[in-house]
Amino acid sequence: MNNISLRNKKEKRFQLYGKTAVLVAISFLGILLFNIFSTGISAFKQTYVAVNLNIPLDVNKSEINPRAELNKSFLKMFPEIQSRTERRAALSLLSKGAKYEFEELLDENEGKSIEGYHWFLASADLDMYIKGTVKRQGDTAGRIDENQMKFVDQLESKNLIELQSNKYLLSSADSREPEMAGIKGAIIGSLYSILIAFLVSFPIAVMAAVYLEKIATKNKFSDLIETNINNLAAVPSIVFGLLGLAIFLNFFELPRSAPLVGGLTLALMTLPTIVIASRAAIKSVPPSIEEAAIGMGASKVQTIFGFTLPLAMPGILTGTIIGIAQAIGETAPLLMIGMVAFVVDVPGGPMDASTALPVQIYLWADSPERAFTERTSAAIMVLLAFLILLNLTAIYLRKKLEKKW
Amino acid sequence: MTEKLKVSIKNLDVHYGDKQALYNVNLNIMEKEVTSLIGPSGCGKSTLLKCINRMNDLVEICKIRGQILLDSQDINEASQDPVLLRMKVGMVFQKPNPFPKSIYDNVAFGPKLHGMTKSKEELDNVVIQSLSKSGLYEEVKDRLFEPGTSLSGGQQQRLCIARALSINPEILLMDEPCSALDPIATAKIEDLIAELKQQYTIVIVTHSMQQAARVSDRTAYMHMGELVETGLTKTIFSNPQHEKTQDYITGRIG
Repeated sequence: MNNISLRNKKEKRFQLYGKTAVLVAISFLGILLFNIFSTGISAFKQTYVAVNLNIPLDVNKSEINPRAELNKSFLKMFPEIQSRTERRAALSLLSKGAKYEFEELLDENEGKSIEGYHWFLASADLDMYIKGTVKRQGDTAGRIDENQMKFVDQLESKNLIELQSNKYLLSSADSREPEMAGIKGAIIGSLYSILIAFLVSFPIAVMAAVYLEKIATKNKFSDLIETNINNLAAVPSIVFGLLGLAIFLNFFELPRSAPLVGGLTLALMTLPTIVIASRAAIKSVPPSIEEAAIGMGASKVQTIFGFTLPLAMPGILTGTIIGIAQAIGETAPLLMIGMVAFVVDVPGGPMDASTALPVQIYLWADSPERAFTERTSAAIMVLLAFLILLNLTAIYLRKKLEKKW
Repeated sequence: MTEKLKVSIKNLDVHYGDKQALYNVNLNIMEKEVTSLIGPSGCGKSTLLKCINRMNDLVEICKIRGQILLDSQDINEASQDPVLLRMKVGMVFQKPNPFPKSIYDNVAFGPKLHGMTKSKEELDNVVIQSLSKSGLYEEVKDRLFEPGTSLSGGQQQRLCIARALSINPEILLMDEPCSALDPIATAKIEDLIAELKQQYTIVIVTHSMQQAARVSDRTAYMHMGELVETGLTKTIFSNPQHEKTQDYITGRIG
């Protein structure tokens, strides 16, 4: 009797240990997600300042100097400005990018007059004050000094400062100005890299797995290959970066910083993961099905392509997507092949210089500008969204391709 | 009984690596008869069966010495293609193993694979005929496109028999085809075997001596990799020549 109660107690205690472990893990995950979301969510909004424009119909728009005209219109809203210092203080509230927005506005309204208030991008300093990232202390807030604060207060009292959705974040590439920096370049770079990594590694890995599992005769040599592949999966990713640097850049002289090279390097890194997963999946196909096919007179290759691979496909794809998801978050090998550059253009193809999402995160996290902090978190959110999407695809494919027998 | 020799196995030795599985087996299999292989577990019955359609080729460590003559042709000769051999020698396995495809596609697989039919109608005919031969057609004619695995165990086994028949083999090898089935399904398969022997030469491995007695014309008793005794089933069961055979069929060993 005593024995049983002891056993029950032990059982309960182990359950408690298990629950505690799960709870701790979940809370760590929760802290991480909360931290990233609470910092990053504000990057999806951006501060805009309204400027009262008055450009009559008869002015030739192409002769306007956009910067001077915008500055003039903005300063007109503060007639009390006298000194140069004040003027500079007021103008520093607008972003350097505002003039491009003004140019666009001029282009759109060719042959029309432009009147009334229009919204223009505010500087990162003002943005951080409006978002509350920097707190007001007396008449200053962060890098906004007393001179600037006068104008901020004036604009705010007239409701001429507003938070709008941040159209730069997802539609432009990196920039020196935090308010204009976006991750589109990095996303496209990542997509190219991943696509190339998949196209290269998937067929090679699956064929290698098929060969090792179904065709190769088992001997010392195949054992050696097997051991090596398993070890390769544990090699630090930076080593693959060095390999990519040596082979693709120095030997084949492919362009530096290009997603093509990034993709090939990531393919090298993903290869062993997919081979191992594919071999496990192929091994788990019931031999009775293959025997039946062979018994019907199918050849080895017909059996492999007709039955073994289709039945192993859910497992192969799951392994592949895990490998690709790992590759998408990989930074170190990309640093080695130069995808760590500051690139302001969205890459037009896999040969153009580009960064990748994790590298962009690394670059921004490293940046001294405080306004990049929230963008770093926002980029992490996008990266996580990508990974979740990939995992959902994996689950969907597995469910769809799985056949019962 | 035609008494025509179909398969002749001569001095067959089989090794799996260092382990010898068959010792100098000699056996004649007559056309359009049912030959059953009986014996205790691990005596080499299935190994012998798999040699007849070279399924042992799949086992890397398997080495075969001796001759297996099918219509006086050695099947292990280099000029013999295992694919053509397996078209002539069909196989039904211990556990029903339909493909993860529809009932129709299970049966249509062989004819398609070997390009035996030219049109869809011809293929349909082959499928229907094969299913009818295995006595399954009436039961599944309304659900030919459902998965083969949705059938019951006995039906699945008959589907596997239909699949084997679809390429019109001369010989049908059955490796304990009823061991995973209940008595009613077993009875159906046994009736089927009696019918099929009108057209096909059948070799069946079985653990059940009653089954061997019921379905087979000839019986071969194997023990520890050796063929101990072979002869007409009724002789073997009523008047075994060998002591070991006697012990086995009376239940003293096995």
